[in-house]
Amino acid sequence: MALAEAGEQADTPTFSVRQLCAWFGDQRVLHGINLGIPRHEATAVIGPSGCGKSTFIRCLNRMHELVPAARVEGQVCLEGVDVYERGIDPVLLRRRVGMVFQKPNPFPSMSVRDNVLAGLRLTGSMPTGRGAREEQIVERALSQAALWDEVKDRLDDPGLGLSGGQQQRLCIARALAVSPDVLLMDEPCSALDPIASAKIEDLIHSLKQSYTIVVVTHSMQQAARVSDRTAFFLAGSLIEFDTTDRIFTSPKDSRTEDYITGKFG
Amino acid sequence: MHMQRTGVRFGERLFVGLCLLGVSLPLGLLLVLLGALVKAGMARLEGNFLLAYPSRHANLAGILPALVGSLWLISLTALLTLPVGVGAAIYLEEYQRRGRLARWVEINIANLAGVPSVVYGLLGLAVFVRQLGLGRSVLAGAATLALLVLPLVILSAREALRTVPQSLREACHALGATRWQAIGRVVLPMALPGILTGSILALSRAIGETAPLIVVGALTIVTFLPDGIHSPYTALPMQIFAWVSRPQQEFLANAAAGIVVLLTCMLLVNGIAIWLRQRLQVRAG
Repeated sequence: MALAEAGEQADTPTFSVRQLCAWFGDQRVLHGINLGIPRHEATAVIGPSGCGKSTFIRCLNRMHELVPAARVEGQVCLEGVDVYERGIDPVLLRRRVGMVFQKPNPFPSMSVRDNVLAGLRLTGSMPTGRGAREEQIVERALSQAALWDEVKDRLDDPGLGLSGGQQQRLCIARALAVSPDVLLMDEPCSALDPIASAKIEDLIHSLKQSYTIVVVTHSMQQAARVSDRTAFFLAGSLIEFDTTDRIFTSPKDSRTEDYITGKFG
Repeated sequence: MHMQRTGVRFGERLFVGLCLLGVSLPLGLLLVLLGALVKAGMARLEGNFLLAYPSRHANLAGILPALVGSLWLISLTALLTLPVGVGAAIYLEEYQRRGRLARWVEINIANLAGVPSVVYGLLGLAVFVRQLGLGRSVLAGAATLALLVLPLVILSAREALRTVPQSLREACHALGATRWQAIGRVVLPMALPGILTGSILALSRAIGETAPLIVVGALTIVTFLPDGIHSPYTALPMQIFAWVSRPQQEFLANAAAGIVVLLTCMLLVNGIAIWLRQRLQVRAG
């Protein structure tokens, strides 16, 4: 039974997206996207600015609808359940689908430790029997985010005192502390220097053992380095979706080829 | 390549000079005014003036009931305005969907902030004093002043909420927090210094208001201290007004001394606002 379940999960994608359309007011920014995001893999979403790649991942955890006048149509199934179905609480969905943003955004008034615990505290879902347990959560999340060794002696310092790259890994730790299944990353390295970016990329490699990862990036090199599959978006449409190898070595669509060879974008 | 000074530099100097004049003129006027007041009221500015009740004899008359009355008024006003004002600001800034209705509400709040205070006095008279039967009580006065400062509190609280970066709200949502959890744990604590400063400044305006209090029936000669929210009362500006209207010259000195006390109170309140803001900002990082 357990085996059968595991086998099934390996086959059915974590996210299957069908005919997804999104609007800002009257402006349509996504045109009928269809794609499946496999479990415990890193999927990169690439494309020129304004192609709808950020909007796309924000539809996956229903952050898109927080923008006034934003609207979504179509289906986004997370392990078989349509997240846009009536009765689905977006708040609970977001606890399963964490997100990391372009600019590191640790909570400015909180220490490193409190930032990691922020998700649990905000939502009032701190496990009972505190003390040691709290320390465990902090250590586990920070270790997963490859930050523990750098900050273990200054857990009570303000989170904003860390460097930009450390702040971004702190935000990753904060997202991991609520134990999501999926981690969405919206250009997580665009505000970072190359060394800090490399650390985040290494992190993506290790995190995909236990999490499904979707990463939006404007850097094709980054997509090639970190992802198993790549989706190429252009003007709100999904042009091509395949394994990263094939996208970068033998793309089927000429527009994908033009983009990855730097003819536009 | 020529490097002579040109007219542009002169124009800039002229502009800076004019700006300096703009700063020093009101400051100078304020100093002259303060000086004149202190000089006129000097004789009456002693401990007993703060602790005595009004009297027919100018040199025995004191300001205690007015001072205590003003404290009552301002505390009640704060209690009434802060929850309503901050609540309204949170609703307008965090929950309200942008649209026609929102804009209409916004314009009206801005307009309300500009309505002459007498008008609020008349409203207070009709609603609090008569309709709700509060009579000439401190509560009626405070409620009227609360109406007066409410738009200011709402506007400044909204301003403060707007300074909290959107990215932090997003961070909360992405962690699975509800809107309310995000507001209560992250947005409000960050906006608090700004909200407090704005509210205190708005309240300090209420301390100086006379017109609405005349209309809602604050007394002028009171020989007792308010003993509850239904008690009759007077306030500093009312007392000053009463003394200025007296025909006897000696009472003018009392009025001047009273003004000095009132200004000191306002300075104190504004000082507290600045101190609070700095303290809280340091804590918020």
